[in-house]
Amino acid sequence: MTSPNTNKSTGSNSDSSAIPLLEIVDLHVNVEDKEILKGVNLTINAGEIHAIMGRNGSGKSTLSYALMGHPRYKVTSGKMLYKGQEISEMSPDQRAKLGLALAFQYPVSIPGVSVSNFLRKTVNAVRGRDIPVKEFRLELKALMAKLGVKDEFLSRYVNDGFSGGEKKRLEILQLSMLNPSLAILDETDSGLDIDALKTVSEGVNALSKADTAILLITHYQRMLNYVQPQFVHVFQDGKIVASGGSELALELEDRGYEWVTSEMQPTPGTGPNATKTSSSSSSSSPAVVGAK
Amino acid sequence: MSAELAPALNNKGLPESAKPELNKSAGLEGIGNDYKYGFSDKEDYIFKSGRGLTREIVEKISAMKNEPEWMLKFRLRALDIFNKKPMPTWGNCGLLNDIDFENIFYYIKPSQKQETDWDEVPEGIKNTFDRLGIPEAERKFLAGVTAQYESEVVYHSIREDLEKQGVLFLDMDSGLRLHEDIVREHFATVIPAADNKFSALNSAVWSGGSFIWVPPGVKIEIPLQAYFRINAENMGQFERTLIIAEPGSFVHYIEGCTAPTYSTDSLHSAVVELIAKPGAHIRYTTIQNWSKNVYNLVTKRAVAHEDAKVEWVDGNLGSKLTMKYPAIYLLGERAHGEVLSIAFAGEDQHQDAGAKIIHAAKNTTSMIISKSICKNGGRTSYRGLIKVYPKATGVKSSVKCDALLLDDKSRSDTYPTMEIDEKDVNIEHEATVSKVGEEQLFYLMSRGLNQDEATAMIVNGFFEPFTKELPLEYAVELNRLIQLEMEGSVG
Ligand SMILES: Nc1ncnc2c1ncn2[C@@H]1O[C@H](COP(=O)(O)OP(=O)(O)O)[C@@H](O)[C@H]1O
Ligand SMILES: [Mg+2]
Repeated sequence: MTSPNTNKSTGSNSDSSAIPLLEIVDLHVNVEDKEILKGVNLTINAGEIHAIMGRNGSGKSTLSYALMGHPRYKVTSGKMLYKGQEISEMSPDQRAKLGLALAFQYPVSIPGVSVSNFLRKTVNAVRGRDIPVKEFRLELKALMAKLGVKDEFLSRYVNDGFSGGEKKRLEILQLSMLNPSLAILDETDSGLDIDALKTVSEGVNALSKADTAILLITHYQRMLNYVQPQFVHVFQDGKIVASGGSELALELEDRGYEWVTSEMQPTPGTGPNATKTSSSSSSSSPAVVGAK
Repeated sequence: MSAELAPALNNKGLPESAKPELNKSAGLEGIGNDYKYGFSDKEDYIFKSGRGLTREIVEKISAMKNEPEWMLKFRLRALDIFNKKPMPTWGNCGLLNDIDFENIFYYIKPSQKQETDWDEVPEGIKNTFDRLGIPEAERKFLAGVTAQYESEVVYHSIREDLEKQGVLFLDMDSGLRLHEDIVREHFATVIPAADNKFSALNSAVWSGGSFIWVPPGVKIEIPLQAYFRINAENMGQFERTLIIAEPGSFVHYIEGCTAPTYSTDSLHSAVVELIAKPGAHIRYTTIQNWSKNVYNLVTKRAVAHEDAKVEWVDGNLGSKLTMKYPAIYLLGERAHGEVLSIAFAGEDQHQDAGAKIIHAAKNTTSMIISKSICKNGGRTSYRGLIKVYPKATGVKSSVKCDALLLDDKSRSDTYPTMEIDEKDVNIEHEATVSKVGEEQLFYLMSRGLNQDEATAMIVNGFFEPFTKELPLEYAVELNRLIQLEMEGSVG
């Protein structure tokens, strides 16, 4: 079997001799004794933007949970190396402190805990120091203005009674404050109207400029109009079945996911855009690679 | 009333030596595993009764206090009732029946007289209250303080301006001595001696507690506080509090309590009566933080007349077994009652708490919010009663009880009772029991909080409806305590 993405990336933003930021090798993950991820390979270098696209139920959120360390998502085999360090035994807070952050597809509410209190505690925890209140306020207010988050937000309880769009804005606000080295965005675009999508995307781009690598999970192409990934991966039945450049997303939008499996899979490297990009995938094979 | 009480707070600074070692609000320090106030002082008392309860002891208490004849009679009749009444057959009977009434000291007089200057309080006792942060709290945000040690109030003060407005804030014994007419008119009218076994016991041997009378229309904007400390092992503390708010007045009273940790049990059995006259407003806040060897069996009841409002804000963190169901009798039209309570039960603790609201007049309204958390095999119970009398039309009541379990060893039960004898009413009841959610924990941990910090944040949020009703100093301290309590609690 060909394993895409296992080799070092030749991606544009990175020094190819350096250790990758994230290296996932043949990752298998069980949820309640059922195998959901069935051999994921993915390499991300510092500052790169990757998109993972795939149908509902293909295992995209499972990958994000496994990366962040959800206790019910059990790694049964494979590797997850972050800055060269195996993270699968680490607790979520340890991973957060290493620089991983996840914008949840379905953020939970924490009744009784105000957004401002929550932000202060979590940002201090991740940064490992108590930021002076004034400094914190200034930083927060600037980001809130950028993301179109109103002041009254701060005194509301975390995600409690928030609309879908408000939740997503708060996720991006949090990630902007946490300033991670890898931001995983799980369907951040869903539930956003077009204006919100724009501001949130700007927020994501701002994150990326701050030398943060981004793993953007989505099943629509639309956010990719605003946030342009260098690498696009197609997820299906618990693994990456094809990888390519940003044009792959458009292709998917036009022709549907069926196209990936039916047309491309049998003959790796013969897809329409297969040779166009270098990517995080195997350097020995073209960008679009079938999994089997 | 005694004018010499007045200057203590405003004019006399506290001595440097009185600087509390812990600069904390009174009453909240150390719950459960991290109980910081389990220390005790050497006993150095003016009088200590023998163990057990006899007619002679009751007579002796009354005589030492120089009480009027009617009070002695009241006590002796109450003693009879106590002896005849069986123990309750509900609640945690196993624990209740472990109480050894013969082993308890019913009256201890720690010092010769009550002081109005912390300097004059006997050294050992003063140091204790310093460690509890009482003088500090008084200086910062209280309008008056009484500090009770064992059976007697050892320190007392009230702000001069309040005294000038005619507010009476005394210990109950002084109240009886100096304002016998007011006391006689109201004492035991809300909670008769025969109400239950423990109110009978209190009525027989009561000592200390607060007496507050607020003149018509006077609104006391900052809280009055009482602090209760048990020191001796096997001590029985039986304070008696009576608060009378005349028409249109307002008072907020806060009580806190702690005790040393001993291997054998102590008993705290208070009776608290509140009378809110037409248009008056009483808020009564309790932060109960006894050590885990104290039985806390308290009867609290209020009456609210026309347009009056009574709020019980009741936090139960300590004790071995607490049985306490603050009650409000809404006697006048449009009277409003609220009971807002939290309970925390850790290992070897049972918080059996609740609320009772009696709607006896038209258009009366009430709200009960009860929140409880248990961990490490702790137990919480909610026992509630909503009663609506016939013809009490237009009644509105809402009851919300939420219990949060931090592990599988712990237990929470609700026993709500509704006796509604009128059709034209609007009653809502909602009860939930939940576990700390895995998804919530994961969300917070993915933001860098470790498991204990994440749990503490969820718990603090859960208690927030209660905490936000506390004065800021108490709220901050409560949150800190919860943080402490969560350390090493999970995982
Ligand atoms: N907590 C869970 N319990 C049981 N099954 C789960 C759980 N999480 C995910 N799954 C299953 O794993 C598969 C992949 O789900 P998910 O990762 O959420 O997909 P996606 O995010 O691509 O829509 C689905 O079949 C889903 O039902
Ligand atoms: Mg998903």
